[in-house]
Amino acid sequence: MSAGSGRLYVAVAAGGFRRYATYRAATAAGVFTNTVFGLILVYTYLALWDEKPQLGGYDQAQAVTFVWLGQALLAALAIGGGGFEDELMERIRTGDVAVDLYRPVDLQLWWLAADVGRAVFQLLGRGVVPFVFGSLFFPVALPREVSVWAAFLVTVVLAMVVGFALRYLVALSAFWLLDGTGVTQMAWLAGLFCSGMLLPLNVFPGALGDVVRALPWSSLLQGPADVLLGEADPLGTYLFQASWAVALLALGRLVQSAATRRVVVQGG
Amino acid sequence: MAEVAEAARTGVRRGRVVEGVRAYGLIAGMWIRSTMAYRTSFVLTAFGNFAMTALDFVAILLMFSRVDALGGYSLPEVAFLYGLSGVSFGLADLAIGSMERLGRRVRDGTLDTLLVRPAPVLAQVAADRFALRRLGRVVQGLLVLGYALVVVDIDWTAAKVLLLPVALVSGAGIFCAVFVAAGAFQFAAQDASEVANAFTYGGTTMLQYPPTVFALDLVRGATFVLPLAFVNWLPASYVLGRPYPLDLPGWVAFTPPLAAAACCALAGLAWRAGLRSYRSTGS
Repeated sequence: MSAGSGRLYVAVAAGGFRRYATYRAATAAGVFTNTVFGLILVYTYLALWDEKPQLGGYDQAQAVTFVWLGQALLAALAIGGGGFEDELMERIRTGDVAVDLYRPVDLQLWWLAADVGRAVFQLLGRGVVPFVFGSLFFPVALPREVSVWAAFLVTVVLAMVVGFALRYLVALSAFWLLDGTGVTQMAWLAGLFCSGMLLPLNVFPGALGDVVRALPWSSLLQGPADVLLGEADPLGTYLFQASWAVALLALGRLVQSAATRRVVVQGG
Repeated sequence: MAEVAEAARTGVRRGRVVEGVRAYGLIAGMWIRSTMAYRTSFVLTAFGNFAMTALDFVAILLMFSRVDALGGYSLPEVAFLYGLSGVSFGLADLAIGSMERLGRRVRDGTLDTLLVRPAPVLAQVAADRFALRRLGRVVQGLLVLGYALVVVDIDWTAAKVLLLPVALVSGAGIFCAVFVAAGAFQFAAQDASEVANAFTYGGTTMLQYPPTVFALDLVRGATFVLPLAFVNWLPASYVLGRPYPLDLPGWVAFTPPLAAAACCALAGLAWRAGLRSYRSTGS
């Protein structure tokens, strides 16, 4: 990538950030809702860990931290929906995507940049306040070393890329299905269930736990959480996340080129 | 049509209610017909709705795969709470869940179209894009409630049997009031419709767990401020034979209809105030 195109994608990301920054009331509403849901979840987790201390290898403070981390990352990683994919699907459905394909930019990188801009805004605008609220009012397990926080931030960036790559595939399905409602819904279900949003993956019983931990969605919440809580080796987590990111982005390119040929067919 | 308009303008309050129900029925019927034009799509989205809701219960099942009790309640008891809350909320969501689109209508000015029609605005907004797929949520709640009733250990009396349908209908009324109040709030804060989710979806999520799980202040708030406890915690405490955490007397288990009526009246006032404050975008 040349310096010029690098600047272009940075500008696209900044645009994605600014675009979401304009919805101030919606952001405030999101902060409120994430805080309320965090509050409800924290009490259920406390009851669960009261019944079984050290469940899944976490103590109570770690479980509480996990809840607030989930609320902080939910919107940023669009685990329950709300990313760029609805817009791309609409452009595919209406055929506007043909115009995008003729632009001298890479379609996948363009949307990745825009989505990372959105994610960074959602993390700062929607994520930080519920997390700080939770840390002030509940017993949490936060690392003191700056290095752990830095390692955690790297996993969050990788999580953003994995999350994007998954949703890019979901969006591309619109080339074949036109109406992507069903696929989007299934992707949310898989995301909520397999990322740890529903319950930390280390609480899942037996083989089910092993399977969900190996799937790409565990990069979204479980991976970053375990690095922050000191339960996982950062390098191993990076490797896991990066492998899924590369594999899914490559698959996205493959599907995209198949889809693009289809556009030409439709256009002709 | 002219008589309808005349009746709507000059009609007494009772006439307004009848007119509202009629308008709601007509609009909802229209949306059902349009939904049924794509039956496969309806079945799929209804299933999606079902599956999305079921995820909450899956979480509870996963929790109980590792423990025997939560807040002192067994799985059948939690399922009983879950079923009551799920069905009540599902019915309210089916009836007027579309209210959450109001903010968008205020923002883009399309609410004006509804204002000039000779039917109550609340009925029109509530029936707007009536989504039959939300039956998926009701069905999911009914299945869990059915499972709970089969496995839970209850000394059934006539009063307990009678209380169940009363609690379900009152609970739906309370959640409807929350939806309407949230709609009224959107006149003031058009972009902030997500705040409503904290009370609707958040409320039903909280009620899926026993009151003993939560801090006392939270239980007090859900009893005396936003009386969600009347949806299931209070009647269920009576049916399951458990003392209510705030030491309330046993007869409050029978007051959900009163709580629902009070909530609906307050929500109605809020709605009127919201509608009066509406300023069109002019576009």
